[in-house]
Amino acid sequence: MSRRPHVLQALVCAVAALWLLPFAWMVCASFKAPADFFSSTFLPWGDLGRLTFDNYRALLSNFPFFGWLLNSLFLASVQTVVVVLLSSLGGFALATYRFRGRGWMVALMLLTLMVPGQVLLPSTYELVNTFGWINSYLAILVPGAMSVFGILLFRATMSAVPPELLHAARIDGAGELRLWWDIALPSVRPTVGAFTLMSFTGTWNSFLWPQIVLQDESRYHLPIGMTSLVGLPEHDVPYGLLMAGTLLSILPVVALFALLHRDFHAGVLTGAVKG
Amino acid sequence: MTAASRRWAPWLFLAPFILLFVVFWLWPLVRSLVLSLHHTAGPQHQTFVGLGNYDFLLHDPLFWQAVWNTTRYTVLFVVLELAIALVLALALNHPRLRWRGALRFAFFSPHLVGGVFVALLFSLLLAQRFGLVNVMLDQVSGVLHALLPFIPATGNEINWGGRPALARIAVLLAGLWLSIGYAMLFLLAALQHVDRELYEAAQLDGAGRWQRFRQVTLPALLPTIGFLALMGTIGAFQLFELPYVLFHNGSGPDHATLTIIMYLYQQGFQTGDLGYAAAIGWAFTLMVLAVSLLQLRLFRDQERT
Repeated sequence: MSRRPHVLQALVCAVAALWLLPFAWMVCASFKAPADFFSSTFLPWGDLGRLTFDNYRALLSNFPFFGWLLNSLFLASVQTVVVVLLSSLGGFALATYRFRGRGWMVALMLLTLMVPGQVLLPSTYELVNTFGWINSYLAILVPGAMSVFGILLFRATMSAVPPELLHAARIDGAGELRLWWDIALPSVRPTVGAFTLMSFTGTWNSFLWPQIVLQDESRYHLPIGMTSLVGLPEHDVPYGLLMAGTLLSILPVVALFALLHRDFHAGVLTGAVKG
Repeated sequence: MTAASRRWAPWLFLAPFILLFVVFWLWPLVRSLVLSLHHTAGPQHQTFVGLGNYDFLLHDPLFWQAVWNTTRYTVLFVVLELAIALVLALALNHPRLRWRGALRFAFFSPHLVGGVFVALLFSLLLAQRFGLVNVMLDQVSGVLHALLPFIPATGNEINWGGRPALARIAVLLAGLWLSIGYAMLFLLAALQHVDRELYEAAQLDGAGRWQRFRQVTLPALLPTIGFLALMGTIGAFQLFELPYVLFHNGSGPDHATLTIIMYLYQQGFQTGDLGYAAAIGWAFTLMVLAVSLLQLRLFRDQERT
């Protein structure tokens, strides 16, 4: 067997450390007073007593950050639950039943994937405006409940569920809805996990559409709220506060990834590489 | 009864999706075609102008600047992203490398952060005097300058938002940091699926390292590279929030980082001309379709030969 690649190992570790340096810098910055930004790059090693929680305190007391955080959690969770349920239900229908129109429905869906969503922004804004949904979360949650990608993803993985399994359950008297919930969903667990992660991070980090439809500061979610703090001279927001807010904004997604990363690897990578 | 419920079940299960699809995809699609033929001021006031918006678009220098900016970013981004991701994946794929899982996560982690927060982070990383990038450039270039005087010292006051070229580099840096790890993940997974016997056979035939890479690894990776190139191109073409947040709700110095989607947003939702924004959207859609088809063909031909 070949020897351990010491040079390569050192090189890769060095590059990885450089890659993570921005995160380390951000964490340090979030605990620094404004004056210390110019005197120390990472931490004021000479006098660590200068580190402070002021940025976090000010973020929560002087700005509606906590409200934005709750809004983000609400939007991303509700959106994820709804889109996972609807996509898996639709994908189940396309994967297990033979019915007229199934073929062209799938073909139409594949076609829609080719059209970039941004072309729909002006007309969807007009539509949402006539519904009176400007400034309402319905403008985000209702259109976002539909995912062509999700439905195709569940169709692909649920076609591998053995028909005999469904048949046996039918004989035992299970209704069609139970087949979806009790048999099909549990057997594609990695897909559920991977799609949950994708939808949650997608909504959590969404920017353009929320920027268009959310207009009250109290309605903002984290991306809109945090960016509203930047570049406004009248706010004069301390740098450390911006970094504290950014750090708190990315932690929930990292936590969810830690929970679901096995599913992510199983559900996304293998499919993409083989297919 | 069961037969009847089995007939209706799929339609019942698909009903919510179909309803949402018609209201929030099909209708807006048709409506945006109609909108693009109107001059509008806000959602209420509209006048029919035929192909006027498209005619104006063809002669709008700002639109072409946005197209050129976006195209240049996309080409640079995709080439650099794939090249660096490939090098990292090959390094991480070494069979005796330690801590592979942790290293893989280190490179992937920026992808979890998302464009908005990466832009917020970079807006401070690139700040003058105290930003990490400027501090490091100052120190590294200082040492190099002392050793080799023809290399200029950069100082720590580079204003990344001050000059067009620097602003474009800043956006590219943020975009690459965000996505290289994601592409690397796919390449690494593909590398682990390459048939080991192919390498052994090549080695028996006396193929060197470079030849094994050219004859075995690269062909096996080609489908994944094609997939990533397509996804990367489509994603990069939609560039919006990185420059938008990085340069404080604007398009950078001399519109250097104005992108197509940013122009659509400005025209539709800041100026309030939804009709013109819809026309920009359709021009954008045609470009994305053209580039996608071209790339699909390119990689299909490559795989055949």
